[in-house]
Amino acid sequence: MKKKNVLQRAIIILIVTLVGTYIVIGPRRRPSASDFTWSGIKTNLAQNIKLGLDLKGGSHLVMRVKVEEFLKTLTDNNANAIRKAVQDAGLPLNDVRAESSSGSYRIVLDANDGSQLAAMQDIVNQKVGLEEWTASTSGNSIVWNLSITSQRALSDQATEQAKRIIESRLDAVGVAEPLVQRHGSQTAYQILVQMPGIQDPERVKQLMKADAQLDLVKVISPPNPNLATYNTEEEAKATLGGTVPPNRRVLPYLERGELTAAAGQGQTQKKWVVVEVPPVVDGNELRTASATPGQGGADYQISFALKPGGAQKFGAWTGANINEYMGVVLNDEVRSIAYIQSQIFDSGQISGRFTQQSAEDLALTLRSGALPAKIEYQEERTVGPSLGADSIRSGVRASIAGLLFVVAFMLFYYRGSGINAVVALLLNMILMLAALVVFDATLTLPGIAGMILTIGMAVDSNVLIFERIREELKTGKTVASSIDQGFARAFVTIIDTHVTTIISSLFLFVFGTGPLRGFAVTLVLGLVINLFSAVYVSRTIFMWQLNRKKKLETLSI
Amino acid sequence: MIEVFKNVNVDWLANRRIFIFISIVLMLAGLGNAVARQWSPGGDDAFNLGVDFKGGTVVTARFKQPPSAEDIRATLVKAGVNDAIIQPVLDKPDTFLIKIPLEGGNEASQEQLDQGRARVTTALNNFGVEKDAWEIIGTDAVGAVAGAQLRNKAIAVTLAALVGMLIYIAFRFEWTYGAAAVIAVFHDVLITLGFFSIFQWEISLTVIAALLTLVGFSVNDTIVVFDRIRENRRLHRRDSLYKVTNDSVNQTLSRTAITNGLVFLSVLAMVLFGGEVLRGFSLALLIGVIAGTYSSVAVASPIVVWWEQRLEKAEKSAAATIGKSGAPARVASPGGGRTLAAGTRGKR
Repeated sequence: MKKKNVLQRAIIILIVTLVGTYIVIGPRRRPSASDFTWSGIKTNLAQNIKLGLDLKGGSHLVMRVKVEEFLKTLTDNNANAIRKAVQDAGLPLNDVRAESSSGSYRIVLDANDGSQLAAMQDIVNQKVGLEEWTASTSGNSIVWNLSITSQRALSDQATEQAKRIIESRLDAVGVAEPLVQRHGSQTAYQILVQMPGIQDPERVKQLMKADAQLDLVKVISPPNPNLATYNTEEEAKATLGGTVPPNRRVLPYLERGELTAAAGQGQTQKKWVVVEVPPVVDGNELRTASATPGQGGADYQISFALKPGGAQKFGAWTGANINEYMGVVLNDEVRSIAYIQSQIFDSGQISGRFTQQSAEDLALTLRSGALPAKIEYQEERTVGPSLGADSIRSGVRASIAGLLFVVAFMLFYYRGSGINAVVALLLNMILMLAALVVFDATLTLPGIAGMILTIGMAVDSNVLIFERIREELKTGKTVASSIDQGFARAFVTIIDTHVTTIISSLFLFVFGTGPLRGFAVTLVLGLVINLFSAVYVSRTIFMWQLNRKKKLETLSI
Repeated sequence: MIEVFKNVNVDWLANRRIFIFISIVLMLAGLGNAVARQWSPGGDDAFNLGVDFKGGTVVTARFKQPPSAEDIRATLVKAGVNDAIIQPVLDKPDTFLIKIPLEGGNEASQEQLDQGRARVTTALNNFGVEKDAWEIIGTDAVGAVAGAQLRNKAIAVTLAALVGMLIYIAFRFEWTYGAAAVIAVFHDVLITLGFFSIFQWEISLTVIAALLTLVGFSVNDTIVVFDRIRENRRLHRRDSLYKVTNDSVNQTLSRTAITNGLVFLSVLAMVLFGGEVLRGFSLALLIGVIAGTYSSVAVASPIVVWWEQRLEKAEKSAAATIGKSGAPARVASPGGGRTLAAGTRGKR
């Protein structure tokens, strides 16, 4: 072995070690002297290595968008739009119905007269956007069907939209550094939200899930002052002849105490009213909403303003309906009813016994827009910072205890060569941390477990090499050729064991979730680095030992 | 030079029937236990699955003045939480895990999931002001759907990883070796799971990580032996597979002892110092390391020898009439093995 060769290898190792060490403990800016004091190193270390939520504390939520509900609503809305389009065109229509079951969404139009179908289809195509639907005609009916591909595409859009809305809500409520991303497979329609530092996610959870569908509707009633309310749902339905037609809805109305003097201040009474479908304007036309204190000061109300398009519609409608009743419907519940005194264009209030926080949360939900469908929580994991710190402590303690065992044994059993193994192990640890920093990976508790295992595999490599060298020495070979042979033969085994483990870890990394992934990341990084530290570095140290003396007779192993 | 073993020359394969017998007994004990639990009326489930897989809520609460588990249970029952499991954390006397299982159908369980933490908070208010007398330091709530998803995924990923290993080993060695290694891995996993079933230790996601790790270790061990077999077969072409296998196990024995001994000690350190969070993980590994060491010597190697001998016999079907399977090899090899082993020893 040439001296030059050893020097070259030593330089490579030195550079890698220095760069690795700097990556782990150095700052990501121009370093100053204070960065190399104990506390400076500690702060830099904390900044460089990203800890997972299980170690630093925070909240991890997995939620699912109920896409079936979204598709069903879409089908119902389209059916209504088709009915309206055809009726407005004055074509004779028997029935339009929406048929939704999981996996199949259809709209069926039945006409009395088959000859009008083509005209109907033209009108529908003009007035209703049905690009995703495939229409087919048979007999007296047209059937619009939503293919699986379109269902997926629409569900996907709904999930993306829900994700954006959740992002904006988190942003508005001031959650620091939230992570919002799609989770699981493409067809799982899951969203993952991670919020570092949040310990009690209840309020945020409610806020993300909150469904705020605002509608301004016409209340079916004689003009002011004879508001028609009913004591029971049945009573309200009875005025419609027992069944609710598609252009009417019966909704609960929480009548405010002040309005009915008999009920007394602060009391609410549940009544029912009949309202018109579709609403005059809905939440999509909302420009802004904010919580404002009511007249009394204790109560809060929500003031809102409409976008230009909505304001125009609203202005036209209010102008034409002076003295009629208008209702503010929030999540299918009439919150307030007022008669129209004069034409209103773009602003209004929702009153109704809000506390400051509930008014603020509701205004925020209104501003961020309505979720396309309800969401449900499937997984919630919250770790307080103290529990996280405990976990770090036990993980580090266990690793150090294991490492000490190993170091003591290697030095005792392999004597001089044990130093090789220890150097290789320490270098492996440093480079593993450096790799975590470089790949911007997050260190989690299972990640620490992966590191502990890497220590095991690294020691195994050294043991394999050393045992092999011993065997070769026993056969009477010279030290130099024993080392050569030992490395050459052990290397085959090391490659096989490493590749096998890396293959299985890659499966974990690609297909696994959270904890499995964190584990796989450190294990794969550690094993790849180990090929360098246990084989290349250890070999170089042996080469250097050989070169130091002209003829090395014995090897401390 | 300190050595664990000096020139070992054990005829491992002579005991292969005993080895395989022990393995089968251990596996059957675990499996039998799991099946018995599953089927006995009113019994527990085969495995004590954690919320990760079964769904439910776990609240970790820390108290200033820790009450007894009974007190906590009584308080919870008063607040309407009847089926909670209260589990003290071994190394932290002030910390308790409060587990609420999911019950009922999908919709009902969703409701429970959303309210789990709130219900515990309400109940704990009896112990004093939150943050002052007690605080919730962690919550895990997993819905039934997500739990099933995690479970299926863990199983699927593990099987996929095993297939990946099988293919790689088959490619590097022969497919009989790959199959033997995978059988040995199944053996280790089954035995470990058997312990988890018998002692009803909780199986969480971290335990799955441990199982995957032990899969890695077990294959690692097996490959070291196989590698030696491959090398020795090339060097000593005239030796029977029986002898080569025995020699290879003997030659790698000190490495096996040292590495696995060290890993065992590190894992023991994890059991002792790793705290509650790592306990399931380290327990699984502790059993797995022992099973893995055993299986590479006592399961994987005998399977390869037996299988290869069967294949050989099938090729020379005319000679197969002499005796029962494996018999000729057993008669011929130990004797030859001894003389040849003596020869190699002399050369050293």
